[in-house]
Amino acid sequence: MPNFASIAKPGTTENYKTGSWRVYVPVLDKDKCIGCERCWEFCPDSSKIEEEYEGDTIFRTDLDYCKGCGICAEECPVDALEMELEEK
Amino acid sequence: MTRLEKKERFTSGHRACGGCGLALGARLAMKAVDDNSIATCATGCLEVTSSPYPQSSWKIPWLHSLFENSAAVAGGVEAALRAKGKQDINVVAQGGDGGTVDIGMRSLSGMLERGHDVAYICYDNEAYMNTGIQRSGSTPMNASTTTSPAGEESFGNENRKKNALKIAAAHNIPYVASASVAYPDDLIEKVKKANEINGPTYVQIHTPCPTGWGHEGDITVKLARLAVETGLWVLYEREEGEIKDVKKIKDRKPVEEYLKPQKRFKHLFKKEGGEERIQEIQEIADSNAEKFHLDEE
Repeated sequence: MPNFASIAKPGTTENYKTGSWRVYVPVLDKDKCIGCERCWEFCPDSSKIEEEYEGDTIFRTDLDYCKGCGICAEECPVDALEMELEEK
Repeated sequence: MTRLEKKERFTSGHRACGGCGLALGARLAMKAVDDNSIATCATGCLEVTSSPYPQSSWKIPWLHSLFENSAAVAGGVEAALRAKGKQDINVVAQGGDGGTVDIGMRSLSGMLERGHDVAYICYDNEAYMNTGIQRSGSTPMNASTTTSPAGEESFGNENRKKNALKIAAAHNIPYVASASVAYPDDLIEKVKKANEINGPTYVQIHTPCPTGWGHEGDITVKLARLAVETGLWVLYEREEGEIKDVKKIKDRKPVEEYLKPQKRFKHLFKKEGGEERIQEIQEIADSNAEKFHLDEE
């Protein structure tokens, strides 16, 4: 073994759910979403998931990792996202 | 189908603050490298938040160097690959502004000088954020940090931001570029180019820091955009010494719009004499505009 700390498995921080950090949660109006992917592009936590809704592409939030920073709501060109205080 | 590459090589679960510009920068930059790459990373926020032992956010081989030698380690990796005849593997070196423009400058300079085929990425959040927001050579003038605090006698950091892009270019390397997390397409294109070009390349990405700059996490991208729209952070490429592809600005915004939402500049709007200091910053933006012909007619 080399004399340094080595981590054999890639991408293992995915085992740590940063969603518990969240105070505000992005709430999506699926009918407003135009699937432009801006929220996905600008998410520092890769926590937007592409899915289909009534034949169109939308991006929903992956609540396992979303830290609730609100960049997605701020950058959404059609105001389809609203930050709301999350009831836990 | 997402427009940008879907695959994440810097994945979620990392411990960066909500709204972290650096994490966004790293995530986007990793969309510009292929799976056949090896990355090094200097000590700093990127390293601590992405490698809480025994976990890792990286999906490509990744080496934590010391604070000062990300470029040297990357150079060594590249030389070893070359010796083994494995030249199809990309080598990317990464560091924050402290690990690049101050502590790692010597090793960066050596790597650039020796001509290693390494793409160096500097994530510039303009201070030592990981250790508690101490001033770095990349901190802009008049910003308050814990080691350049604004107070009765001071307006914060007294020096102008070090121009590391120009220092890198002075090594006569084939490619130097500035990028911003507010422009993902541009960022990815530049990191890709830096990787493809044979020889040492340098890309500096402007990455706002909610904790260090004192702003809400939701405006990270907006602030990065304002830095460009005010002329304080110029997006350009320098290929073979020639400045190319400067991002022109339509209706350049006054610097106040960029400064005001940030706590590190709060004193400029409260303290007597602050107006002159804001003017000083405006002059930096104006001189950038003149040098790079930023203003779009």
